[in-house]
Amino acid sequence: MSPADVDAKIRTLIEPFNKKGVAIEDATTFAGDLEFDSLTVMDFVAEIEDAFDVIISMNQQAEIENWGQLVAAVHKLQDS
Amino acid sequence: MATAMTETTTAAEPVDLLAKFDPIIQTREQLLAAGVEDPFNLVMEQVLSPTRAICNGRDTILLGTYNYMGMTFDDDVIAAGKQAMEDFGAGTTGSRVLNGTFRDHRDVEAALREFYAMDHAMVFSTGYQANLGIISTLAGKGDYIILDIDSHASIWDGCAMGNAEVVPFKHNDVEALEKRLKRVPEGAGKLVVLEGVYSMMGDVAPLKEMVRISKAHGAMVLVDEAHSMGFIGEHGRGVAEDQGVIDDVDFIIGTFSKSVGTVGGFCVSNHPKFEVLRLVCRPYVFTAALPPSVMASSATSIRKLMHGGNKRAHLWENSRTLHKGLRDLGFQLGTETPQSAIIAVIMPDLEKGAMMWEALLKEGLYVNLARPPATPAGMTLLRCSLCAEHSSEQVQTILGMFERAGKAIGII
Repeated sequence: MSPADVDAKIRTLIEPFNKKGVAIEDATTFAGDLEFDSLTVMDFVAEIEDAFDVIISMNQQAEIENWGQLVAAVHKLQDS
Repeated sequence: MATAMTETTTAAEPVDLLAKFDPIIQTREQLLAAGVEDPFNLVMEQVLSPTRAICNGRDTILLGTYNYMGMTFDDDVIAAGKQAMEDFGAGTTGSRVLNGTFRDHRDVEAALREFYAMDHAMVFSTGYQANLGIISTLAGKGDYIILDIDSHASIWDGCAMGNAEVVPFKHNDVEALEKRLKRVPEGAGKLVVLEGVYSMMGDVAPLKEMVRISKAHGAMVLVDEAHSMGFIGEHGRGVAEDQGVIDDVDFIIGTFSKSVGTVGGFCVSNHPKFEVLRLVCRPYVFTAALPPSVMASSATSIRKLMHGGNKRAHLWENSRTLHKGLRDLGFQLGTETPQSAIIAVIMPDLEKGAMMWEALLKEGLYVNLARPPATPAGMTLLRCSLCAEHSSEQVQTILGMFERAGKAIGII
């Protein structure tokens, strides 16, 4: 899957979690712009893990602050 | 360069490292400004029995102490501790691996092996350190820890202290656990960390399925049975025993500060190489061993718990009566049925929870006020833990207190 495809797929996954309809760009942060709390993060991560059949460990999550980093990380994970 | 550096050493703006806690300070001040007694600053001026104390000047029934089997005032437990203090002194002043292993440290480990019918037992200074030490030592770089999202702080801290990949799954969700086990890269070490009873809601884990699935995927399994020892399972060994999977559990973590009635933590196991952990587990090595009096009291208590059938039955009766009574009064509880000796009463919010907590304290009842981040889903809970020494009359008194306080605060 290309980075653009990964981006598109996660964009549909995030919709139910993006309650305020924040416009998402690469620099959009989960904690700040999207106001995700730890429970939302867990549910959202679980959706991505199931959709791509990957594990995003807490260690990896700690490195992911914004949308662009997430798409890059998932793109890398699905290839490995 | 050297001159340039000295010239630029103007006084830097100091950064207050405590400033990050300002929101917590504010929440607390708001709560106290509303006239509520500080829920996190209670003092027991006298302890009269496992179920009664003078708290903030009032005669109070204790319903939030995890003293499940009421062993804190057991005559034999106290006598053993007194004798050990006379014979061995007040403290060990040393690590277990240097000068801190006395006769009674060995004896309490023997008592644990007898209690669990396992080959090895290792005693830590607290239950927190047992999880911290065992988890951080077992799972190293490249290994995977797969754990329930509602795990106790000591389990999370054990994960944070080690170098393993940490993968949480949704609370008590067997399918979520299995999916993650399947995705772990081939050849990687896997440690699944579960609890028998989850202490916030008092619910029990589906260990039978979870342990089976973990084993099928080649994982080692650690179960924290802190809140089940002494009264769940045929021999009181916990939820894993009750659900018939204790033989497939690799490590059981427990504590002395609940049913045993003292302080300390432990790990028991049948793993043939278990004893090496004494040399490599830093929270075991780099801390002082517990005082001999605590060890002697604990050993006596553990051996008495092996024959505590009547107390066990009464504890369950208390738990069922309180659960049904609170439900009938209209309170929202953490579990549909009484699954353990913990009954969590769900509060609408922190403010009402704190008011209810205070109203109960003024009635003469102590419960735990639990709030985020310790609680799941941002809930505020009044957590009740029953004791085998609560009389049936006390349980009825407690229900009366809940009814009056709940109506006064407008929760029921």
